[in-house]
Amino acid sequence: MVVFPGSNCDRDLAVALREATGREPVMLWHRETELPDDLDLIGVPGGFSYGDYLRSGAMAARSPVMRAVKDAADKGVAVLGVCNGFQILTEAGLLPGALMRNSGIRFVCRDAPLRVGNADTPFTRRYEPGEVIDLPVAHHDGNYQADEATLDRLEGEGRVAFRYADPCNGSARDIAGIVNERSNVLGLMPHPERAFDPAHGGRGGRRLFEGLVEALA
Amino acid sequence: MKARVHVTLKPGVLDPQGRAVHHALDGLGFADAVADVRVGKLIELELADGTPAEAIDEMCRRLLANTVIENYRVELP
Repeated sequence: MVVFPGSNCDRDLAVALREATGREPVMLWHRETELPDDLDLIGVPGGFSYGDYLRSGAMAARSPVMRAVKDAADKGVAVLGVCNGFQILTEAGLLPGALMRNSGIRFVCRDAPLRVGNADTPFTRRYEPGEVIDLPVAHHDGNYQADEATLDRLEGEGRVAFRYADPCNGSARDIAGIVNERSNVLGLMPHPERAFDPAHGGRGGRRLFEGLVEALA
Repeated sequence: MKARVHVTLKPGVLDPQGRAVHHALDGLGFADAVADVRVGKLIELELADGTPAEAIDEMCRRLLANTVIENYRVELP
């Protein structure tokens, strides 16, 4: 678990990973330049890294640890970026496109129905294609945008993992989460770690972690 | 030496902040005067003398602007 100044979902994501894997995630500060060997998964958590200065995720994407994360992703290590983590992954170039201010200006904080796109990724394998699940969203800059050619390619290659079933923030083609070409990097704005335990009020995110454990075991 | 970097959203990219400011100006009685509003950023750099233009351009491309959605223009006074 990578932790930046201003991250605030790192512990929630770590708890979900611990519950799903039975192992304690390693928490890594943003100044680290090397990652532990034999990593299975890197979590890039939500929050407001560096106070969202310049652009959401822009500063974190240039921090030392992200160079190591990019190298690990290139080698095939799975990377899960949630909310601000998604913004960081796009800013770092691990995923295409950009996350802009919500089209309605307002911070959106509610449960959002999501339609599963490609269910043939390590992150979505426990879902059915087209299935609708509820996950909480809480963001100001979740409006996914890319040029038309990139959007066509994402759809054509089955790289849209989740879409908003109801309009949420103005995202192009209702995109809520995408994977990279190798399907080992997922970025999504909704928070699966906040819908993991029944006490959260929903368990829509649980199968994402359970599927990941299966895929990586 | 100083440089000013103007970062603006690319034409065609929806600007929710610009739209909100536009509505606010309408509310202040400027509806007839204002046709459109776009919000950008101005970044002032204090640079070592002789910093080549290529270096400033690289700063813009690698950090100051997100070229997926933004254009930039460097102004050297």
